[in-house]
Amino acid sequence: MFDAEALIIALTVFVLAIFIGYEVITKVPPTLHTPLMSGSNAISGIVIVGALLVAGQADGLTGQILGAVAVGLAMINVIGGFMVTDRMLKMFRRSDQKQ
Amino acid sequence: MSTDALVHMNITNVAYIFAAILFIVGLKQLGSPATARNGNRMSSLAMLIAVMATVVGKDIASWEFILCGIIVGSTIGAFSARKVAMTDMPQLVAIFNGFGGAASAVIAAGELIRLIDDGDAIAEDVSITIMASVIVGGVTLTGSFIAYGKLQGVVPTRPLLLPIRNVINVALLIGMVASTVWLVVDPSITAFLIAGGIALALGILVVIPIGGADMPVVIALLNSYSGIAGAATGFVLGNNMLIIAGSLVGASGLILTRIMTKAMNRSLANVMLGGFGVEDGAAAGGEEETRPVTSIQADDAATMLAYAQSVIFVPGYGLAVAQAQHQVRELADLLKEKGISVRYAIHPVAGRMPGHMNVLLAEANVPYDELKDLDEINGEFQRTDVAVVIGANDVTNPSARTDTSSPIYGMPILNVDQAQSVIMMKRSMSSGFAGVQNELFFLDKTQMLFGDAKDSVEKITTEVKDL
Repeated sequence: MFDAEALIIALTVFVLAIFIGYEVITKVPPTLHTPLMSGSNAISGIVIVGALLVAGQADGLTGQILGAVAVGLAMINVIGGFMVTDRMLKMFRRSDQKQ
Repeated sequence: MSTDALVHMNITNVAYIFAAILFIVGLKQLGSPATARNGNRMSSLAMLIAVMATVVGKDIASWEFILCGIIVGSTIGAFSARKVAMTDMPQLVAIFNGFGGAASAVIAAGELIRLIDDGDAIAEDVSITIMASVIVGGVTLTGSFIAYGKLQGVVPTRPLLLPIRNVINVALLIGMVASTVWLVVDPSITAFLIAGGIALALGILVVIPIGGADMPVVIALLNSYSGIAGAATGFVLGNNMLIIAGSLVGASGLILTRIMTKAMNRSLANVMLGGFGVEDGAAAGGEEETRPVTSIQADDAATMLAYAQSVIFVPGYGLAVAQAQHQVRELADLLKEKGISVRYAIHPVAGRMPGHMNVLLAEANVPYDELKDLDEINGEFQRTDVAVVIGANDVTNPSARTDTSSPIYGMPILNVDQAQSVIMMKRSMSSGFAGVQNELFFLDKTQMLFGDAKDSVEKITTEVKDL
């Protein structure tokens, strides 16, 4: 049933994480804002954890299929996001480190 | 619960804490280009840990479907990450945002079906968060696809304003609240599907009235939504890992949204209401411009540059359209060989998404320490001999500082007019997106070099070589 304590804990985590995010991300320089966006795309792929739970614990076929679709969608973000971010960051060089 | 299961659960939760720390440290390392690549690796390690902990710690009953999802998703992700051109990065990020939102919505559906099948009463907080997850996820999905379409040119980039859109939007919002109440009172798939459908429609209606030039703001905002959708999923499943990672992304998107609106001199509300730029950059008002400008040829420009001591390039999106990044870098290399100091001044809205121009120049092998943002470079113009503006317009207009009646008044601009002399590369005398005439053109120190940017830069390079 309605679990007020768990909800409050979840809200606490949520609020604190927003503050940490704000503090950390305001320090990212404008040069890196595009990799920041693609990198955070990848991080939002964390819903893969939820997708795995739904797919793995589903009783019926519908649930399993929905879970698999969610796993696939999240996986696009995870793999695609981290790879494309790395591809971009690889290109950033200082003037004294010519390839 | 058996001791064994408890141990597993604790291991999983400890691993989640570890992953959360890695995500935060990874983002912190994005604070400098020198450590950023390592930071990205840390984030991906965090993801791997979170996934492994889930697989090991929670009882996953069936594997076949999951493996299918992993294989298909990884293949699509890896393929698009490898193939995408750097100029198309905004489209890729837009579509990935959409997939993230879709995943959250689908997870909410799966969880609701499981809860209904279990037959127990569903707690109010769970049903509300399920609705939050599907609504934010659905809006993110279709909103991102429309944004993608506008960036790609598949959907008309001009703002599409439906005549009774406000009535429709209000009706949809009422429907959304009603279906949420329905689901809380009487959990049913129908209520869920209605809310999902409304969210999908709303995503389209919210983005379609927004003009193509405002897409950077929209992508940043949808980026934030995809994170918030993930955090909402965390509430549904009672999973702190999801809440933390989702909030980080949500915060990141919001910060970038604010930076972009500030750089465009607009409020978020003003962007979201849409309709901006209906004239599509056509000169505002019927006033014919009669003031004279000085126009020069490539050889004059080459002489100016070759005898300068310091040069600042000011690239705008026109540079990326002309694909002239490599030519500019070649010219810059040549000037540097002559002992001339070369830097690039990058306005936050120079590209089609935050930081886009920096990536395009990095791709052309421009070292990142030569890329300067607004605050770093603005004090330097007055000590600079030549500022070369390539495909940028509104962001160099000095009226933004002085003319209170100008629509761009107050917009942060690059102080190009303070340089000793200015070379302005442009196709024609047309005004920029804001539809305002650029006062910079008419200064005595400004020389106009008309023509295609790539062409002009190439010609200048040849001339400089011959000097």
